[in-house]
Amino acid sequence: MTEAVIIGAVAWHSRLIVRLALGLVVLALAVLAGVILGETPLPVSQVGDVLAHKLWGAASTVDPIDAGIIWNYRLPRTLVAAACGAGLALSGLVLQTLVRNALADPYLLGVSAGASTGAVAVTIMGIGAGAIGISAGAFAGAALAFGIVAALARAAGGGSGQLVLAGIAGSQLFNALTSFFIAKSANAEQARGIMFWLLGNLSGVRWPDVGLALPVAVVGLLACVIHIRALDAFSFGASAAASLGIAVRRVMVMLLGAVTLMTAVMVSLVGAVGFIGLVVPHAMRFLVGARHGALVPASALAGAVFMIAADVVSRVLIPGQVVPIGVVTALVGAPAFALILIRNRNRA
Amino acid sequence: MRITATKLVLQAQGRTIIDGVDLDIAPGETFGLIGPNGSGKSTLLRLLAGLERRAGGEVSLDGHNLRRIPRREIARRLAMVEQQAETTDCLSARQVVELGRTPWLSALVPWGAKDTAIVDEALYAVGMKGMSSRPWSTLSGGERQRLQIARALAQRPRVLLLDEPTNHLDIHHQLALLRLVEELPLTVVIALHDLNQAMGCDRLGVMSQGRMVACGKPAEILTPDLLRAIFRVGATLLTDPQDNTKVLRFHDIENSR
Ligand SMILES: Nc1ncnc2c1ncn2[C@@H]1O[C@H](COP(=O)(O)OP(=O)(O)O)[C@@H](O)[C@H]1O
Ligand SMILES: [Mg+2]
Repeated sequence: MTEAVIIGAVAWHSRLIVRLALGLVVLALAVLAGVILGETPLPVSQVGDVLAHKLWGAASTVDPIDAGIIWNYRLPRTLVAAACGAGLALSGLVLQTLVRNALADPYLLGVSAGASTGAVAVTIMGIGAGAIGISAGAFAGAALAFGIVAALARAAGGGSGQLVLAGIAGSQLFNALTSFFIAKSANAEQARGIMFWLLGNLSGVRWPDVGLALPVAVVGLLACVIHIRALDAFSFGASAAASLGIAVRRVMVMLLGAVTLMTAVMVSLVGAVGFIGLVVPHAMRFLVGARHGALVPASALAGAVFMIAADVVSRVLIPGQVVPIGVVTALVGAPAFALILIRNRNRA
Repeated sequence: MRITATKLVLQAQGRTIIDGVDLDIAPGETFGLIGPNGSGKSTLLRLLAGLERRAGGEVSLDGHNLRRIPRREIARRLAMVEQQAETTDCLSARQVVELGRTPWLSALVPWGAKDTAIVDEALYAVGMKGMSSRPWSTLSGGERQRLQIARALAQRPRVLLLDEPTNHLDIHHQLALLRLVEELPLTVVIALHDLNQAMGCDRLGVMSQGRMVACGKPAEILTPDLLRAIFRVGATLLTDPQDNTKVLRFHDIENSR
């Protein structure tokens, strides 16, 4: 490489680092807001005090109960919300790009429904314990659902319209299976708990869940980042991507694998939270354009911030009661989606 | 770069779409593919680009089997402009052409001034320099076609596969494109609809029902007998008094059966 090329590469990468740092600052502020705001807002000074105490052992004067709320309850909850929001937004973005359909997202294509079925099956039958076992069940369910939907779409002619229709059929099938498992095996209390979880709920989240959600979100983000050019090359479809030098099959397997993993883990942790995967990437296209160099980080960040905000709203909307977060995202997401549809009417 | 094909076969849905095609195209040659609708021109071009996995037979670039060259390496040597290209992404004209640099970029080799210059040059070559910031969705069919050609040029290939590239173009841009193709120091395989344009190629291959039924110099190929047999038209060869080039004029023969 010549010197000019190396200097160019350094300049390019340093711009990248500046943007990355900016994104992390925004994310940190959002997490801080998520910890401060809640059923009862806690003063910033207390939150800072507890975080300083826990992170680098500064002396703390905060009441241990408040400290417990901040450290054991609000912080993990907010971090998981951020990871889930980022993961679901990236999943939606990747699916929209790869299948060339503006409507694609883990929900529409049945991946989330499959993940729910898998998670519920594991919960009820008690195979394998804990978050990892449930996530593994969700992954198996999500992969199975994805496989069935893709095979059905292919048998139906392979267009992206067929994929959406197959996804609807797949979602219905797996939702029915979930209901069947619940009706057949769960007792009344279990059933109520599962129904509440299915609507999306972060109230049971603790530190071990962070240990699962964060690494998965980071792995998913990295998978997208290393495939930024490949994703761009899909603009004119898979065949055009292949003729631009993309190893289409390998990229598809890697990215769809990442999507399945992210969706499965996020659904198993917080339940079926809709619309993030659909709405966030579209909103970001509107803001930063269609290229994935900007779209991938912007979607991850916006998904995380949106989910933290939705979680805060879900806690404060009705005093003394937690609204399922899926209800909040749908209340915001559905009208936002309507706007997107109207805006895109000339391009359909 | 030499591109050769031996015994290419493609079957889909129980039908044989490409049926034993052999080709040997010399470096720098402009090879025209002609044939009626559905005769397999587009499919043959896709096979030459290595885009059909199910195909039988072998394609090679300078003697190297295409199947053993990584996709990225293929894309640095060979670029393809398909008959149609559509996107709903909100890309500018320039961004579409920039896609052509994909096979040359990586984490270690990010976008640089050289890439910008290549994209500028490609936009200029197809006369789209002045429209580089226009969104794709606002461009006409011909402008989109020219951008796809610019994208292929930005790949800096040594073999260029063009599938009816003059479709949608007005007559000025058709002639400009054919001149550009002629002047490029590349091996070009071009499917053409207009037989008079096909006369400008170095050699022609005639496709009919998935087979290459004739192959040779345009003057040997475009004979009244062949045109009657393959294209079901009568033809008269006229001479343009201005420069003595031959021009084909067609007439209907279906009614006179
Ligand atoms: N993927 C496919 N599956 C089935 N048939 C196909 C497929 N692609 C093309 N064909 C058929 O193969 C024939 C050749 O098509 P094509 O190569 O597009 O012809 P041309 O470009 O010469 O008009 C047509 O009859 C077309 O219907
Ligand atoms: Mg064709």
